[in-house]
Amino acid sequence: MNALFYISAAIAVFSTVMVITRTNAVHALLYFIVSLLSVAVIFAVLGAPFVAALEVIVYAGAIMVLFVFVVMLLNVGADSTEQERMLLIPRVWIVPAVLSLVLAAELGYALSRGSPVIHESHRVDPKTVGIALFGPYVLGVELASILLLAGLVGAYHLGRREWRRRERSESRP
Amino acid sequence: MSETARSLLNSAGLLAATLGLASGLIWLERRLLALWQDRYGPNRVGPFGLLQVLADMIKIFFKEDWIPPFADRPVFVMAPAVIIISVLMSFAVVPAAPGIGVVDLNVGLLFFLAMSSMGAYSVVLAGWASNNKYSLLGGLRSAAQMLSYEVFMGLSLMGVVVLAGSFNLREIVLAQRRIWFVVPQFLGFVVFLIAGLAETHRLPFDLPEADSELIAGFHSEYSGMKFGMFFVGEYLGVILISALISVLFLGGWMGPLLPPLAWFLVKTLFFICLFILFRAALPRPRFDQLMGFGWKAMLPLSLLNLMATAAVVLWIGGPR
Repeated sequence: MNALFYISAAIAVFSTVMVITRTNAVHALLYFIVSLLSVAVIFAVLGAPFVAALEVIVYAGAIMVLFVFVVMLLNVGADSTEQERMLLIPRVWIVPAVLSLVLAAELGYALSRGSPVIHESHRVDPKTVGIALFGPYVLGVELASILLLAGLVGAYHLGRREWRRRERSESRP
Repeated sequence: MSETARSLLNSAGLLAATLGLASGLIWLERRLLALWQDRYGPNRVGPFGLLQVLADMIKIFFKEDWIPPFADRPVFVMAPAVIIISVLMSFAVVPAAPGIGVVDLNVGLLFFLAMSSMGAYSVVLAGWASNNKYSLLGGLRSAAQMLSYEVFMGLSLMGVVVLAGSFNLREIVLAQRRIWFVVPQFLGFVVFLIAGLAETHRLPFDLPEADSELIAGFHSEYSGMKFGMFFVGEYLGVILISALISVLFLGGWMGPLLPPLAWFLVKTLFFICLFILFRAALPRPRFDQLMGFGWKAMLPLSLLNLMATAAVVLWIGGPR
């Protein structure tokens, strides 16, 4: 179990580093998908297969397909890769590197004070997740649904205006 | 037999069976299409033209494997592998008969949905990596199509989950001991069948590779075995959806007289032939018709089905 955890954690860290250092947008997205998949494996190892499946379906499956869709729609070519390369000069790495080092130091300190035991404490099955979502966390669920509704109404509004205008211009003699 | 040996034997048997069946389907599809269109189809090589598959395989292996210089090389090479891997992974959770099946996962149905959403990347990335406008259009169409049909593919299955009270495919089969779920879940069955057609982009929904407008869509630039892998991936997808329909809605391996595995194969084969009949009989819709049909007809239907099923189960009192 521990070996599985460390392997997938290492893949997650590596692919996330690759996400931010790639200059080609689609390659970065592919590494991001790998990172999400390895996080799903970590969830499965820790005894939450339901959350692992949702991670793959929702994040890696749906949201990332949308990202890829948008990148394809913009059809960014070689010149944007070049532009990205010019943005990623060594100077911009200083602040993020310092911030990450602080986090790494904190992690190292926490680990040195006693290594956390990774074990399958209890399996989190779909029913437990459902009871948690509609029990103590029902407010969060409702807030998220209001946010989604706002997004839906906004998208409908944008699509509708376009449609109206086209109809008007077509009906004009 | 030890546990390890059993699972190894299951995995190897599953691989051989699915890949063998997928290549056999090339012959079956051509013969059946010919039958329904009043012509002969391949009947020259071997008895009933059965060796046509072998001839095609030899041909496809020895073709030049050409990668266009303008393509994005690593993604171009990776894309065909993604669809094969994701579909074969889904087969791991399909229970063929008692004791036959690779894993007994308690989130088996969700695992299938996850793998099918991974399979969408194959077509999308192939379209993008080819760096060709027809391929790109095919990839764009496929991204939109897969994303929208996945939504109610999942929703249409939730009625089955509510009735069976489990995501485990074995328990879903066992829950159909009294009545096949195709009866109480007929709406879910129809929606899943249509969504399955769209997920495998078979003919009425093959907009990503519509030959009449996009040459060959996302695989225009592919040749040799890489093209062959898309081809086999599509057939594997057809087998997978047929197997899942028989597991989820038609009681899987259960049936009188015949041994369990035979029942499973008969039901699966029936749906494979139905898929081929759809191809022979139905015209291709326009892309906006396809999306409109999905969001305006299929989504409300599957939501209605889910709510009605949940209400009835609550009324009667708990899953059986």
